[in-house]
Amino acid sequence: MNFMASTQPENRLLGPQSDSQRTLYPYVTGTSVVALKYKDGILMAADMGGSYGSTLRYKSVERMKPIGKHSLLGASGEISDFQEILRYLDELILYDNMWDDGNSLGPKEVHNYLTRVMYNRRNKFNPLWNSLVLGGVKNGQKYLGMVNMIGVNFEDNHVATGFGNHLARPILRQEWHENLSFEDGVRLLEKCMRVLLYRDRSAVNKLQVDVFLKMAPNQIYSLAKLLWSLT
Amino acid sequence: MSSIGTGYDLSVTTFSPDGRVFQIEYAAKAVDNSGTVIGIKCKDGIVMGVEKLITSKMMLPGSNRRIHSVHRHSGMAVAGLAADGRQIVARAKSEATNYESVYGEAIPIKELAQRVASYVHLCTLYWWLRPFGCGVILGGYDRDGPQLYMVEPSGISYRYFGAAIGKGKQAAKTEIEKLKLSELTCREGVIEVAKIIYKVHDEAKDKAFELEMSWVCDESKQQHQKVPDDLLEEAKVAARAALEEMDAD
Repeated sequence: MNFMASTQPENRLLGPQSDSQRTLYPYVTGTSVVALKYKDGILMAADMGGSYGSTLRYKSVERMKPIGKHSLLGASGEISDFQEILRYLDELILYDNMWDDGNSLGPKEVHNYLTRVMYNRRNKFNPLWNSLVLGGVKNGQKYLGMVNMIGVNFEDNHVATGFGNHLARPILRQEWHENLSFEDGVRLLEKCMRVLLYRDRSAVNKLQVDVFLKMAPNQIYSLAKLLWSLT
Repeated sequence: MSSIGTGYDLSVTTFSPDGRVFQIEYAAKAVDNSGTVIGIKCKDGIVMGVEKLITSKMMLPGSNRRIHSVHRHSGMAVAGLAADGRQIVARAKSEATNYESVYGEAIPIKELAQRVASYVHLCTLYWWLRPFGCGVILGGYDRDGPQLYMVEPSGISYRYFGAAIGKGKQAAKTEIEKLKLSELTCREGVIEVAKIIYKVHDEAKDKAFELEMSWVCDESKQQHQKVPDDLLEEAKVAARAALEEMDAD
């Protein structure tokens, strides 16, 4: 007689126990982030919405945060995973600062770190459900990169996540050029965000636009969240 | 006042008949042989300074840091065996980040001092561990303002207005007591600390030394950091001038 009546599966990955340890689907999500390089640095924009499925539940979610002295991180996807990523980065930056040796992690290094984290989580079937945009300026060098939940990462002059890839990138491909002025860059971003507001159902009409300046690397200036009333 | 243990000093788990643990006292001697480390609590922050004795002309200035940041708001200056000190700093960093991840706020300095002291004390309880051969001055700035603690190899920890360990600690303590700490700002404190270290440095016994200083104050936005280079230079110049003035008398 077979006394082994327990339902312990041999393959842990497929057992009921292990499913509760893995991210299966996102709950509160942010929609697209769009970013571009301009003459003096990086411009990034994201709306301030957190959707709970099809409900536009939270309307003041900051989906972009400065990281260390040189970078800006924007995230779409699961907001709680974004908060977790911020905790990882906070510890990373803390240890970097504690050396107190005049050096600090730049956007390229942070982007690489994030890529490793995202890819390794994906390999364990427990992804951080985000698409991240990492931009910044260090020693006069501009950097703009993207990494998503499966670990795909790349660097480009303009990037976007989610719907932004379909709606904003074509506009950017047409109209982006090297040495955009600040005003032109903002106008271009606004154009992209407007199209997204029209066509993306999870977009919200409140924006967060951040700038990373080449000239003053320690300043991030938040174009105080623009409020549009477009009906 | 040196007493020979004769048999009661072989292990940290042995008491002598007069109630002393000799191994811990010997550990303290290791601290007394190192360069002077002082810390003072000014009205708006903490200043710490280390007399880093240079053992070789080949040493790069700025290397072999003796003052380490433990968290954003606190730092530790170490006297005694440098490698032991590194362990204590590593442990303190780990305690600080652990506290923050559990409680969501920066570790209060009192709590940090208690944890470091417990750890140092731990190593005096078992025969298979030896006591740390270093003393630590811990300075930080939290909700309750700037605080200064000192942890000795025995695991004792007290809070101080001014503390000194190492070779010149007696002379340094006398100097610190002369200062009116409650009226000093950290900017002024930096100059005073530099003066004291230059003063207690024994030119005859040890030739060269490098001055390393750090602060946590309102001016540094309650972050622990090296004293800015220009202020450090100013302090060194003032200290040398004060020495010459003294020698001239």
